[in-house]
Amino acid sequence: MKVTILQFPGTNCEYDTQHAFESLGAKTEIVWHKSESLPSDTDLLVVAGGFSYGDYLRSGAIAKFSPVMKAVTEYADKGGKVLGICNGFQVLTEAGLLPGALKRNDGLHFISKHHMLKVQNNDNIFLEKLNNGDVVNIPIAHHDGNYFINEAGLADLEANNQILLRYTDANGDILNPNGSVSSIAGVCNKSKNVFGLMPHPERAMESILGSDDGVKMLEGFLAS
Amino acid sequence: MTAIVNVSLKAGVLDSQGKAVHHALDSLQFSGVEDVRVGKQIVLQLAETDKEKAMAEVTKMCEEILANTVIEDYKIELV
Repeated sequence: MKVTILQFPGTNCEYDTQHAFESLGAKTEIVWHKSESLPSDTDLLVVAGGFSYGDYLRSGAIAKFSPVMKAVTEYADKGGKVLGICNGFQVLTEAGLLPGALKRNDGLHFISKHHMLKVQNNDNIFLEKLNNGDVVNIPIAHHDGNYFINEAGLADLEANNQILLRYTDANGDILNPNGSVSSIAGVCNKSKNVFGLMPHPERAMESILGSDDGVKMLEGFLAS
Repeated sequence: MTAIVNVSLKAGVLDSQGKAVHHALDSLQFSGVEDVRVGKQIVLQLAETDKEKAMAEVTKMCEEILANTVIEDYKIELV
Protein backbone atom coordinates (compact mmCIF):
# COMPACT_ATOMS: atom_id res chain seq x y z
CA MET A 1 0.00 0.00 0.00
CA LYS A 2 1.50 3.28 -1.10
CA VAL A 3 0.15 6.62 0.10
CA THR A 4 1.20 9.74 -1.79
CA ILE A 5 0.84 13.00 0.14
CA LEU A 6 0.74 16.37 -1.61
CA GLN A 7 2.73 19.32 -0.32
CA PHE A 8 1.96 22.90 -1.39
CA PRO A 9 3.69 26.00 -0.06
CA GLY A 10 1.87 26.44 3.26
CA THR A 11 0.85 22.80 3.76
CA ASN A 12 1.58 21.85 7.39
CA CYS A 13 -0.04 18.47 8.04
CA GLU A 14 1.97 16.38 5.57
CA TYR A 15 4.29 14.90 8.22
CA ASP A 16 1.45 14.09 10.65
CA THR A 17 -0.35 12.41 7.76
CA GLN A 18 2.79 10.51 6.80
CA HIS A 19 3.29 9.39 10.41
CA ALA A 20 -0.33 8.28 10.70
CA PHE A 21 -0.28 6.13 7.56
CA GLU A 22 3.17 4.69 8.33
CA SER A 23 1.97 3.69 11.80
CA LEU A 24 -0.67 1.61 9.99
CA GLY A 25 1.99 -0.07 7.86
CA ALA A 26 1.67 1.91 4.62
CA LYS A 27 4.56 3.17 2.52
CA THR A 28 4.40 6.92 1.95
CA GLU A 29 5.88 9.58 -0.28
CA ILE A 30 5.52 13.34 -0.03
CA VAL A 31 5.21 14.99 -3.44
CA TRP A 32 5.93 18.70 -3.99
CA HIS A 33 3.21 20.59 -5.86
CA LYS A 34 5.50 21.41 -8.81
CA SER A 35 5.60 17.76 -9.82
CA GLU A 36 3.62 17.15 -13.00
CA SER A 37 3.00 13.49 -12.25
CA LEU A 38 2.21 11.22 -9.33
CA PRO A 39 4.26 8.15 -8.34
CA SER A 40 2.94 5.32 -10.54
CA ASP A 41 2.48 2.97 -7.58
CA THR A 42 0.14 5.39 -5.73
CA ASP A 43 -2.78 3.53 -4.10
CA LEU A 44 -4.13 6.55 -2.25
CA LEU A 45 -3.50 10.24 -2.78
CA VAL A 46 -3.87 12.53 0.22
CA VAL A 47 -4.20 16.30 -0.03
CA ALA A 48 -3.00 17.22 3.45
CA GLY A 49 -4.10 20.08 5.67
CA GLY A 50 -2.52 23.48 6.20
CA PHE A 51 -2.76 26.87 4.55
CA SER A 52 -1.75 26.39 0.92
CA TYR A 53 -0.64 29.74 -0.54
CA GLY A 54 -1.51 31.39 2.78
CA ASP A 55 -5.23 30.94 2.01
CA TYR A 56 -4.87 34.00 -0.25
CA LEU A 57 -7.95 34.89 -2.32
CA ARG A 58 -9.88 31.90 -0.87
CA SER A 59 -8.74 28.75 0.91
CA GLY A 60 -7.53 26.33 -1.77
CA ALA A 61 -8.21 28.72 -4.64
CA ILE A 62 -4.62 29.11 -5.81
CA ALA A 63 -3.49 25.55 -5.04
CA LYS A 64 -5.96 24.23 -7.59
CA PHE A 65 -3.75 25.68 -10.36
CA SER A 66 -0.52 24.07 -9.12
CA PRO A 67 1.17 21.87 -11.73
CA VAL A 68 0.41 18.67 -9.80
CA MET A 69 -3.35 19.27 -9.81
CA LYS A 70 -3.74 18.19 -13.44
CA ALA A 71 -2.28 14.81 -12.52
CA VAL A 72 -4.57 14.68 -9.47
CA THR A 73 -7.66 15.28 -11.61
CA GLU A 74 -6.57 12.62 -14.11
CA TYR A 75 -5.87 10.20 -11.25
CA ALA A 76 -9.32 10.82 -9.72
CA ASP A 77 -11.08 10.59 -13.10
CA LYS A 78 -9.54 7.14 -13.62
CA GLY A 79 -11.01 6.02 -10.30
CA GLY A 80 -7.91 6.61 -8.14
CA LYS A 81 -8.62 7.12 -4.45
CA VAL A 82 -8.21 10.68 -3.18
CA LEU A 83 -8.61 11.98 0.39
CA GLY A 84 -8.61 15.70 1.20
CA ILE A 85 -8.24 16.67 4.85
CA CYS A 86 -9.07 20.22 5.99
CA ASN A 87 -7.25 22.48 3.51
CA GLY A 88 -7.12 19.42 1.25
CA PHE A 89 -10.95 19.34 1.33
CA GLN A 90 -10.99 23.03 0.41
CA VAL A 91 -8.59 22.39 -2.48
CA LEU A 92 -10.72 19.51 -3.79
CA THR A 93 -13.93 21.59 -3.75
CA GLU A 94 -12.15 24.51 -5.47
CA ALA A 95 -10.83 22.08 -8.08
CA GLY A 96 -14.36 20.79 -8.70
CA LEU A 97 -13.49 17.24 -7.61
CA LEU A 98 -15.98 17.50 -4.74
CA PRO A 99 -19.30 19.38 -4.67
CA GLY A 100 -19.92 22.52 -2.57
CA ALA A 101 -17.59 25.10 -1.07
CA LEU A 102 -16.13 26.01 2.31
CA LYS A 103 -16.88 29.46 3.74
CA ARG A 104 -15.69 31.39 6.79
CA ASN A 105 -17.02 29.84 10.05
CA ASP A 106 -20.30 31.46 11.10
CA GLY A 107 -18.81 32.57 14.43
CA LEU A 108 -15.84 34.08 12.50
CA HIS A 109 -13.40 32.41 14.91
CA PHE A 110 -10.70 29.88 14.11
CA ILE A 111 -11.92 26.71 15.88
CA SER A 112 -9.39 24.21 17.22
CA LYS A 113 -10.77 21.44 19.44
CA HIS A 114 -11.91 17.83 19.56
CA HIS A 115 -15.39 17.38 18.11
CA MET A 116 -17.78 14.46 17.85
CA LEU A 117 -18.84 13.30 14.40
CA LYS A 118 -21.56 10.87 13.44
CA VAL A 119 -21.03 8.40 10.62
CA GLN A 120 -23.78 8.95 8.04
CA ASN A 121 -22.92 6.57 5.22
CA ASN A 122 -20.37 3.77 5.50
CA ASP A 123 -20.95 2.24 2.06
CA ASN A 124 -17.54 3.50 0.94
CA ILE A 125 -13.89 2.54 1.53
CA PHE A 126 -13.23 5.49 3.84
CA LEU A 127 -15.79 4.58 6.49
CA GLU A 128 -16.36 0.87 5.90
CA LYS A 129 -14.66 -0.03 9.19
CA LEU A 130 -17.28 2.00 11.04
CA ASN A 131 -21.05 1.56 11.34
CA ASN A 132 -23.69 4.10 10.38
CA GLY A 133 -24.62 5.99 13.53
CA ASP A 134 -21.21 5.50 15.18
CA VAL A 135 -19.97 8.63 16.93
CA VAL A 136 -16.24 9.33 16.67
CA ASN A 137 -14.04 11.91 18.38
CA ILE A 138 -11.82 13.73 15.88
CA PRO A 139 -10.06 17.13 16.19
CA ILE A 140 -11.10 20.07 14.05
CA ALA A 141 -8.84 23.07 13.34
CA HIS A 142 -10.17 25.51 10.78
CA HIS A 143 -11.28 29.05 10.01
CA ASP A 144 -13.07 28.27 6.76
CA GLY A 145 -14.91 25.06 7.55
CA ASN A 146 -18.46 26.23 6.98
CA TYR A 147 -19.65 23.84 4.26
CA PHE A 148 -22.06 25.33 1.74
CA ILE A 149 -24.08 23.66 -0.97
CA ASN A 150 -27.38 24.80 -2.48
CA GLU A 151 -30.66 22.97 -1.86
CA ALA A 152 -30.55 20.99 -5.10
CA GLY A 153 -26.95 19.98 -4.39
CA LEU A 154 -27.84 18.91 -0.86
CA ALA A 155 -30.70 16.76 -2.16
CA ASP A 156 -28.24 15.09 -4.58
CA LEU A 157 -25.79 14.39 -1.77
CA GLU A 158 -28.57 12.84 0.32
CA ALA A 159 -29.91 10.77 -2.57
CA ASN A 160 -26.49 9.32 -3.44
CA ASN A 161 -25.33 8.70 0.15
CA GLN A 162 -22.50 11.21 -0.35
CA ILE A 163 -22.67 12.73 3.12
CA LEU A 164 -19.96 10.97 5.12
CA LEU A 165 -20.01 12.69 8.51
CA ARG A 166 -22.01 15.27 10.44
CA TYR A 167 -20.93 17.32 13.46
CA THR A 168 -22.78 16.12 16.57
CA ASP A 169 -22.49 15.85 20.35
CA ALA A 170 -21.46 12.63 22.12
CA ASN A 171 -25.03 11.31 21.83
CA GLY A 172 -25.05 11.76 18.09
CA ASP A 173 -27.41 14.74 18.18
CA ILE A 174 -26.59 17.56 15.77
CA LEU A 175 -24.14 20.09 17.23
CA ASN A 176 -22.92 22.46 14.55
CA PRO A 177 -19.65 24.28 15.37
CA ASN A 178 -19.25 26.36 12.21
CA GLY A 179 -22.57 26.86 10.43
CA SER A 180 -22.13 24.11 7.85
CA VAL A 181 -25.24 23.34 5.80
CA SER A 182 -26.95 20.32 7.40
CA SER A 183 -24.01 20.15 9.88
CA ILE A 184 -21.91 18.43 7.19
CA ALA A 185 -18.28 17.65 8.14
CA GLY A 186 -17.32 15.53 5.14
CA VAL A 187 -18.57 14.41 1.72
CA CYS A 188 -17.50 12.21 -1.15
CA ASN A 189 -18.06 12.40 -4.90
CA LYS A 190 -20.74 10.42 -6.70
CA SER A 191 -18.41 7.58 -7.69
CA LYS A 192 -17.12 7.34 -4.09
CA ASN A 193 -13.42 7.52 -4.83
CA VAL A 194 -12.83 11.16 -3.79
CA PHE A 195 -13.33 12.01 -0.10
CA GLY A 196 -13.08 15.30 1.77
CA LEU A 197 -13.54 16.28 5.38
CA MET A 198 -12.64 19.25 7.59
CA PRO A 199 -11.75 17.22 10.74
CA HIS A 200 -8.29 15.67 11.10
CA PRO A 201 -8.35 11.84 11.45
CA GLU A 202 -4.53 11.83 11.21
CA ARG A 203 -4.45 13.68 14.55
CA ALA A 204 -6.57 11.02 16.27
CA MET A 205 -4.30 7.99 16.06
CA GLU A 206 -3.34 7.39 19.71
CA SER A 207 -5.61 7.44 22.77
CA ILE A 208 -2.84 9.06 24.82
CA LEU A 209 -3.25 12.10 22.54
CA GLY A 210 -7.01 12.31 23.14
CA SER A 211 -8.48 9.84 20.66
CA ASP A 212 -7.57 6.96 18.38
CA ASP A 213 -10.82 7.05 16.42
CA GLY A 214 -8.92 8.16 13.32
CA VAL A 215 -7.32 4.72 13.02
CA LYS A 216 -10.58 3.07 11.90
CA MET A 217 -11.08 5.74 9.25
CA LEU A 218 -7.63 5.61 7.69
CA GLU A 219 -7.53 1.79 7.95
CA GLY A 220 -10.42 1.60 5.50
CA PHE A 221 -8.09 2.72 2.73
CA LEU A 222 -5.44 0.16 3.64
CA ALA A 223 -7.83 -2.76 3.61
CA SER A 224 -9.08 -2.10 0.10
CA MET B 1 -7.24 50.01 -18.76
CA THR B 2 -8.23 49.29 -15.18
CA ALA B 3 -10.72 46.61 -14.25
CA ILE B 4 -12.35 46.73 -10.85
CA VAL B 5 -13.80 43.39 -9.79
CA ASN B 6 -16.14 43.22 -6.81
CA VAL B 7 -16.68 39.75 -5.39
CA SER B 8 -19.34 39.08 -2.79
CA LEU B 9 -21.31 36.16 -1.42
CA LYS B 10 -24.45 35.36 -3.40
CA ALA B 11 -27.81 36.50 -2.10
CA GLY B 12 -29.10 33.61 -0.02
CA VAL B 13 -25.64 32.60 1.18
CA LEU B 14 -25.30 33.73 4.79
CA ASP B 15 -22.63 36.45 5.08
CA SER B 16 -21.37 36.05 8.65
CA GLN B 17 -18.85 38.88 8.31
CA GLY B 18 -21.58 41.21 7.06
CA LYS B 19 -23.73 40.17 10.01
CA ALA B 20 -20.92 40.87 12.48
CA VAL B 21 -20.31 44.31 10.96
CA HIS B 22 -24.06 45.02 11.06
CA HIS B 23 -24.12 44.07 14.73
CA ALA B 24 -21.14 46.36 15.43
CA LEU B 25 -22.87 49.24 13.63
CA ASP B 26 -25.98 48.66 15.75
CA SER B 27 -23.82 48.77 18.91
CA LEU B 28 -22.44 52.11 17.73
CA GLN B 29 -26.07 53.35 17.41
CA PHE B 30 -26.05 53.55 13.60
CA SER B 31 -29.64 52.38 13.68
CA GLY B 32 -30.70 52.98 10.07
CA VAL B 33 -28.69 50.12 8.54
CA GLU B 34 -30.94 47.42 7.09
CA ASP B 35 -28.34 45.01 5.75
CA VAL B 36 -24.55 44.72 5.43
CA ARG B 37 -22.65 42.58 2.92
CA VAL B 38 -18.86 42.31 3.07
CA GLY B 39 -17.02 41.47 -0.14
CA LYS B 40 -13.65 42.05 -1.68
CA GLN B 41 -12.37 44.28 -4.43
CA ILE B 42 -9.69 43.19 -6.88
CA VAL B 43 -8.17 45.90 -9.08
CA LEU B 44 -6.44 44.78 -12.28
CA GLN B 45 -4.25 46.93 -14.52
CA LEU B 46 -4.72 45.61 -18.04
CA ALA B 47 -2.64 46.11 -21.18
CA GLU B 48 -5.80 45.59 -23.29
CA THR B 49 -7.36 48.79 -24.63
CA ASP B 50 -10.46 47.30 -26.22
CA LYS B 51 -13.32 47.34 -23.70
CA GLU B 52 -15.15 44.34 -25.12
CA LYS B 53 -12.04 42.16 -25.18
CA ALA B 54 -11.07 43.29 -21.70
CA MET B 55 -14.53 42.45 -20.38
CA ALA B 56 -14.40 39.00 -21.94
CA GLU B 57 -10.94 38.35 -20.51
CA VAL B 58 -11.80 39.53 -16.98
CA THR B 59 -15.05 37.53 -17.04
CA LYS B 60 -12.97 34.44 -17.79
CA MET B 61 -10.65 35.30 -14.89
CA CYS B 62 -13.63 35.63 -12.56
CA GLU B 63 -15.11 32.30 -13.62
CA GLU B 64 -11.78 30.48 -13.33
CA ILE B 65 -10.22 31.90 -10.19
CA LEU B 66 -11.25 35.34 -8.90
CA ALA B 67 -14.66 34.15 -7.70
CA ASN B 68 -15.96 30.79 -6.56
CA THR B 69 -19.30 30.80 -8.34
CA VAL B 70 -20.68 28.12 -6.01
CA ILE B 71 -20.96 30.78 -3.31
CA GLU B 72 -19.93 34.10 -4.85
CA ASP B 73 -21.15 36.64 -7.43
CA TYR B 74 -18.87 39.10 -9.19
CA LYS B 75 -19.29 42.50 -10.84
CA ILE B 76 -16.77 43.95 -13.27
CA GLU B 77 -16.28 47.65 -13.88
CA LEU B 78 -13.86 48.93 -16.53
CA VAL B 79 -12.41 52.42 -16.11
